[in-house]
Amino acid sequence: MADNRFEPPPGMVEKRGSALWLTHLLMIVGVLVIFFPIWLAFVASTHTQSEIAQAPMPVLPGSHLIENYTRALFSGVNVPVATMLFNSMVMALGIALGKIAISLLSAFAIVYFRFPGRRFFFWMIFLTLMLPVEVRIVPTYQVVAGFGLLNSYSGLILPLIASATATFLFRQFFLTVPDELAEAARVDGARPMRFFLDILLPMSRTNIAALFVILFIYGWNQYLWPLLITTNPEMNTIVMGLKQMFPSGDDIADWPVIMATSILAMVPPVIVVISMQKLFIRGLVDSEK
Amino acid sequence: MEKRVTFKGWLLPMLLIAPQLIISAVFFFYPAGEAVWQSLFIPDPFGLSMQYVGLGNFEYLFSDPYYRASFLTTAVFSTLVTLVSMVPALFLAVLADRLVKGAGTYRTLLIWPYAVAPAVAGVLWLFMFNTRIGVVAFYLNQLGYDWNHVLNQREAMGLVVVASSWGRISYNFLFYFAALQAVPKSVIEAAAIDGAHFWRRFFTIVLPLLSPTTFFLLVVNIVYAFFETFGVIHTITSGGPQQATTILVYKVYADGFVGQDLGSSAAQSVVLLVVVGILTVLQFKFVEKRVHY
Repeated sequence: MADNRFEPPPGMVEKRGSALWLTHLLMIVGVLVIFFPIWLAFVASTHTQSEIAQAPMPVLPGSHLIENYTRALFSGVNVPVATMLFNSMVMALGIALGKIAISLLSAFAIVYFRFPGRRFFFWMIFLTLMLPVEVRIVPTYQVVAGFGLLNSYSGLILPLIASATATFLFRQFFLTVPDELAEAARVDGARPMRFFLDILLPMSRTNIAALFVILFIYGWNQYLWPLLITTNPEMNTIVMGLKQMFPSGDDIADWPVIMATSILAMVPPVIVVISMQKLFIRGLVDSEK
Repeated sequence: MEKRVTFKGWLLPMLLIAPQLIISAVFFFYPAGEAVWQSLFIPDPFGLSMQYVGLGNFEYLFSDPYYRASFLTTAVFSTLVTLVSMVPALFLAVLADRLVKGAGTYRTLLIWPYAVAPAVAGVLWLFMFNTRIGVVAFYLNQLGYDWNHVLNQREAMGLVVVASSWGRISYNFLFYFAALQAVPKSVIEAAAIDGAHFWRRFFTIVLPLLSPTTFFLLVVNIVYAFFETFGVIHTITSGGPQQATTILVYKVYADGFVGQDLGSSAAQSVVLLVVVGILTVLQFKFVEKRVHY
């Protein structure tokens, strides 16, 4: 975005008076509409079942916040939500860190070495882009079941961990690293792994962080895969376990607890996105290039 | 692009690339190959043996009215999701771009929904439109409109479309906002001096300059609607009523896991592989164009 063109001072074109207020007004309306579902969920998580069931439900928070969240976290419906939160955390961190680790290594190999089959392997990694879990669910399930990995963290993490996107991103970045650095390392007699650990890795910090935000959310928000392989409620992740909290048949759903759980399910990814906003936007734009 | 300076040896790079290759082979290529293989067979009812049927599964699949209907459902669904998530996003981005102060605050508030999982978004929207206690359903009722997405196919489709698009508005907003900030202000100023008012400037200058972003977002949102909305559909409608919201990915799941029809499910996986292939190529074509723009 940085350019040297002449830029008139901001605000010269129609950014005054009533037009400005109208813009703010429309923007606030937009934000309120977008935000409304989250607000309503929060409000519902602070009322009792009977207050919610009496349509229309209140639009301001009630006084049962602590009670509802305690009930959700420590008893839940099938399993305490605290357990599901922990499972989600393990899965999201495992996927994000795992993807980053194996992608860093393979990008390093592809950029800094010449070895037989290099081009072939590169295309192999590229092709995984075309094989999302959703497309190969039944056979992948059979493979994971065959390894005895149903209801395990490895089963949740491993099949989602290969990432062409992350490999490309690191490859792209490594290509912009000046050759002189590798040259100097070689002259000094540094072995490749020294160069990787002492020079390349510290230089990739920002890229790693930006990618972490994207991949953490990707892992946290997985639904179909945990739904297939975690038949034991103790292994449910919060995002897939939420739906399991609805009763089958005509029983009435425990809305206060379900809504408290949905708020708890969005807190970790929202914190990650908001607190690392700049990195997140950068990672988003980069990883889609 | 290649590096001039490289390290020697072949064992080390092989070891470095091995984890990714092994995982890709075991969890990506083998299952994909297995899907292609299974699509050529029908297991007998007891799962003891497989009978080779050639393209029989595919013939059967495409003669199945429910499968063809699912194609149409997917087309309608992804078109609507793309529209409903892109138009409001562009509108909000244009507004935010006009603001000098406060744009950052609005942006922070607007990116929240992106972090909300599709399945959680499904539950939030289900709650608002619940036929018994939903607030929106209640007020629609007061206005004399009898909302019931459990029975009405159109309403079910509308609800899954809105719930799927909601989080995507944030995503598209970020891309449009970044693109708008990159439009040179001098061009806008020049048009303003020539007397072009806001909407005229928008349609004749800004929108054409945004076209690479728009093309890119079109493809990305279609991919999203095809493959990442399973959670929304599973939580809100489970594909119903009468399969009105059964998109292709949902049908692979429903036939393969719930219906245990492995041959058909594998054939559907192969069809989806082709679809992803086409979409990936499209995505790369557009992305290349975007870079050269």
